[in-house]
Amino acid sequence: MSANVKVEEKLFQNRYRVDAGRPHIQIKDEELCASRCETQQCTVCCPAGCYTLEGNGRIVLITDGCLECGTCRIICNDHRNVAWEYPRGGYGVLFKFG
Amino acid sequence: MAEKFDAIVVGAGPSGNAAAYTMAKAGLKVLQLERGEYPGSKNVQGAILYSDALEKIIPDFRDDAPLERHIIEQRMWVLDDESYIGTHYRSDEFNKPPYNRYTIIRAQFDKWFSEKVQEAGAMLICETTVSDLLMDGKRVIGVQTDRLGGSIYADIVILADGVNSLLATKAGFHPELEPKNVALAVKEIHFMPQETVEARFNVNGDAGVVIEMAGKITKGMMGTGFLYTNKESLTIGVGCMLSDLKQQKISPYQLLEEMKAHPSIAPILEGGEMKEYTAHLIPEGGYKAIPELCGDGWMIVGDSGMFVNAMHREGSNLAMTTGCFAAETVIELAAEQKPFTAKNLARYREKLNESFVIKDLKKYKNMPDVFHANPQFFTTYPEMLNQAAHKMLRVDGIDKKTKEKQIMANFKQRRSLFGLMGDAYKLWRAFE
Ligand SMILES: Cc1cc2nc3c(=O)[nH]c(=O)nc-3n(C[C@H](O)[C@H](O)[C@H](O)COP(=O)(O)OP(=O)(O)OC[C@H]3O[C@@H](n4cnc5c(N)ncnc54)[C@H](O)[C@@H]3O)c2cc1C
Ligand code: SF4
Ligand code: SF4
Repeated sequence: MSANVKVEEKLFQNRYRVDAGRPHIQIKDEELCASRCETQQCTVCCPAGCYTLEGNGRIVLITDGCLECGTCRIICNDHRNVAWEYPRGGYGVLFKFG
Repeated sequence: MAEKFDAIVVGAGPSGNAAAYTMAKAGLKVLQLERGEYPGSKNVQGAILYSDALEKIIPDFRDDAPLERHIIEQRMWVLDDESYIGTHYRSDEFNKPPYNRYTIIRAQFDKWFSEKVQEAGAMLICETTVSDLLMDGKRVIGVQTDRLGGSIYADIVILADGVNSLLATKAGFHPELEPKNVALAVKEIHFMPQETVEARFNVNGDAGVVIEMAGKITKGMMGTGFLYTNKESLTIGVGCMLSDLKQQKISPYQLLEEMKAHPSIAPILEGGEMKEYTAHLIPEGGYKAIPELCGDGWMIVGDSGMFVNAMHREGSNLAMTTGCFAAETVIELAAEQKPFTAKNLARYREKLNESFVIKDLKKYKNMPDVFHANPQFFTTYPEMLNQAAHKMLRVDGIDKKTKEKQIMANFKQRRSLFGLMGDAYKLWRAFE
């Protein structure tokens, strides 16, 4: 078992054009995440670690490192609490190799 | 832009490029919209390119396409925690041109393909996300974009927008994807000198090797891993079904990290420089998950239509082939001066049915269910196989017959004989 890896180190290699102040993904109802979502699985499944669980049980979403995969939207199928769009044209992750 | 086009293609991946290229070649006025800065900048693949599908579109693609290595050896590994058991198939037949399979780097390949599409006469606009389909009742009459002042009209819109298929979902053509029908793959590219790649895989020139993996690396989840050789880099990745990832407490990047640390894999990557980390979904629901593929004024091609054969890791070829069939349907109907109604476009579905696309997907239609219902294929079996090999190969003074008995006893203890027979039967039925 290898040591816990920090996803930030991986994302650091990628290129992004962040659409500052205009996140393309939003949590619809933050209260729902905190009080009624048992597993808060978005914090585990997001391959870019965009969802984090705060001490007070709240979920914080920061989309700057988002890889635009769609996982968070699809696994939140019990609550459908993720409003998911692609970034505006030209913004977001920019794969050099893919 | 109040201009009207014969056809709009959303997306410049392999399916959209194949469709746009084919229609433009036939003289249709085609607009292609891509949200990335350039075609390929949003796209991720392993990546193996199958020559056949591309050859049908661009016969001389080998002259200038950015190809990494032609594949002369395929390895299949079943991994336990510290070991693997597997098969290697290498043949010099694969080392004779014209080559059958190549590794590619998608960002470069898509860019190249797109240049061909533009040379054929299609108009490409990048950095433009299509936000909605424009509807007239049930009929699609164009698209709404996030720039260019909004609406653009066309007689037919081809949705080549990839696995998430947001536009068709929003328009109500199909429901949201289910976690059991999509896999998430995470992947890295590691650069190292060309000589190192060649020495580690015992190849020279442009020859290459691919390794497909299953077993403990996915922690019991339905999924696979891969390691492919490029010219001066290796790509390594692992993918699991979202329905399984949803039940686990391990993140996808941790899964990848632990796979990279496997004692049979780590030495291959040793000293490489990781230059990119990517993630992408793969539609793996198979035949039963294929959505409605056409309606008044629209058609779906590629990943957006679930066209991936997960058993054989084929996707880009199905994308290109479905893109061509959709384009041919448009060309034929235009020549016959028939409108693009759902009824007339059903010809696309007929073309698919008669081809390897649907025939192959149908053949494996029960595979996803079998694997979902029988996790032992990803847990107990890899362990048992590796232990059996270990027992037989270890020289320790115990005779081979006794070892065989011990192995069988272990098999039976871990899974009843009926269970084993049942599994073999289930697999056989699904493959049949
Ligand atoms: C890790 C991994 C490994 C794989 N390995 C292989 C392999 O070895 N061999 C193989 O054949 N297949 C493989 N596949 C599958 C293959 O990559 C896909 O089947 C193929 O890319 C599908 O092509 P597509 O054109 O349908 O979709 P995509 O390639 O996803 O292209 C969709 C395009 O549409 C654009 N787009 C999406 N929405 C919009 C919008 N609203 N507005 C404007 N543009 C939009 C995107 O930016 C993108 O360029 C792999 C997939 C993954 C993820
Ligand atoms: S899975 Fe959905 S509902 Fe649960 S915490 Fe995440 S976003 Fe909120
Ligand atoms: S789209 Fe993928 S990378 Fe982006 S936030 Fe959702 S799960 Fe994370």
